[in-house]
Amino acid sequence: MTTVITVPPSLDDQTLEQVLDQLAPLPADQKVLVDARHTRWASPYGLTALLTIAQSRAERASFAGPETEETASYWQRAGFYEHAERVFEMHGHVPRPRGHAGESQVLLEITPVAKSDDVHDVVEKIQAKAQTILVNELHLDPMATMRFAMTLSEVCQNIVEHAQTTGWVAVQTYRYRQRLGRRVVVIAVCDGGIGFRRSLESAQGRKLSDRWDDGMALEDAMLRGVSRFRDPGRGQGLAGVRRYVGKWDGKLAIRSGTARIALIPSWDEDIALREGLAPFPGSQVQITIPERVAKG
Amino acid sequence: MTYHIAIDVSSVLRRTVCELYSNLVTRPTGATVRRAIEEALDGLPEPNVTVIDFSHVTLLDFSCADEIVGKLLDAQQRADGRPRTYFLIRGLHEPYLEAIEAVLERYDLAALVLDPTGNVHLVGTLDDGARRAWHVVRQRGAVQVQDIEAELGEPSVPWEEVVSQLSSRRLIVRRDDGRVALPQAS
Repeated sequence: MTTVITVPPSLDDQTLEQVLDQLAPLPADQKVLVDARHTRWASPYGLTALLTIAQSRAERASFAGPETEETASYWQRAGFYEHAERVFEMHGHVPRPRGHAGESQVLLEITPVAKSDDVHDVVEKIQAKAQTILVNELHLDPMATMRFAMTLSEVCQNIVEHAQTTGWVAVQTYRYRQRLGRRVVVIAVCDGGIGFRRSLESAQGRKLSDRWDDGMALEDAMLRGVSRFRDPGRGQGLAGVRRYVGKWDGKLAIRSGTARIALIPSWDEDIALREGLAPFPGSQVQITIPERVAKG
Repeated sequence: MTYHIAIDVSSVLRRTVCELYSNLVTRPTGATVRRAIEEALDGLPEPNVTVIDFSHVTLLDFSCADEIVGKLLDAQQRADGRPRTYFLIRGLHEPYLEAIEAVLERYDLAALVLDPTGNVHLVGTLDDGARRAWHVVRQRGAVQVQDIEAELGEPSVPWEEVVSQLSSRRLIVRRDDGRVALPQAS
């Protein structure tokens, strides 16, 4: 028997929880159909998380994509179908590439990351487009392109160093009407690996407190720069990412296991630490950088 | 005689990791580049002032800053005996400098950075007295310890110890004539 998992009309880091709530009670070998037929929009986080869901199932999951041509076409241009066909059993119409000049909103198509060379490729790809978008359109300072690429590199390395599996990264820009009314650039990095708690548990000689759980592991990694490695230079990547996101008045959110931690800017009303969420393997990172507006 | 050497990190990257890469990203890349620099240093005549030149590097992330600068300087710092190699870091864009400063703080290290006009700057972690003494050396050129004491006053401060600390941290050079000076790029 196949269980249908309904993807909401708008799929982002918040509404993904509805999908994970449906999956939570099911054993990993339960056959599921991820039904996105009525989905009209998905953030890069939503798209990469869908691939991660497929990765997390012991029984190959089925997938039905958006019925709206515009949405399906956008997902195709974002690189979703190329990877979805490898991890899902596809149902219904699968849009094909049309050989156009590329999607201007997509700074980086969904790209698999498993090894260090993949991080080099991601950084090489982003540099060409990032300058135009970040400086000319989002009005960030000229050095933002370097800092952005450094940020992207560090969050991708999180997969290589800690996930022990393939993850996905995507970068897109769009107008964030819901909260800001401004353009944003969004980095999403999702993997279905071991997650922060298990990664930190693997540190030799680490003493775990009574309250040790996914939330505390995220606090340790994000707020205290703790790493599973004892080397003093470790843990700097995420600390650097935090600094840059703060500098840009951006938002950093990391979900791992059953918890989610966020560095929240003034324009957002999210909760800093959410616990008791539906379990989901690995780590899912979202960085949102808003367009800079002149203070006046 | 002091030897002057420059290591172009971008060339090391292309030679040791990949001809096509110009970005210093990821720990394995950084570790490979650092090992190549360490091998090059092993063969250099001493004493020397080695310029680590990042001018042609397109991107340096935090992990590579740690692997190359943090670990290289930390290992040198831990080495026994009188310093024979002094480092100057050149070609740092503002974001690279931020990354390197963060790394140095983690290791409790300080380093010398050359700006585009050739001026030397002190970055990283250093206590206040040592920092002030270093600035006297920078301002006045080659000086005796007594000159530092005369400049800064505070007879209770053991300036000889402060100067020894700066020397062991490779932030100043003890010359044969007993004076101390900044390492010079050339």
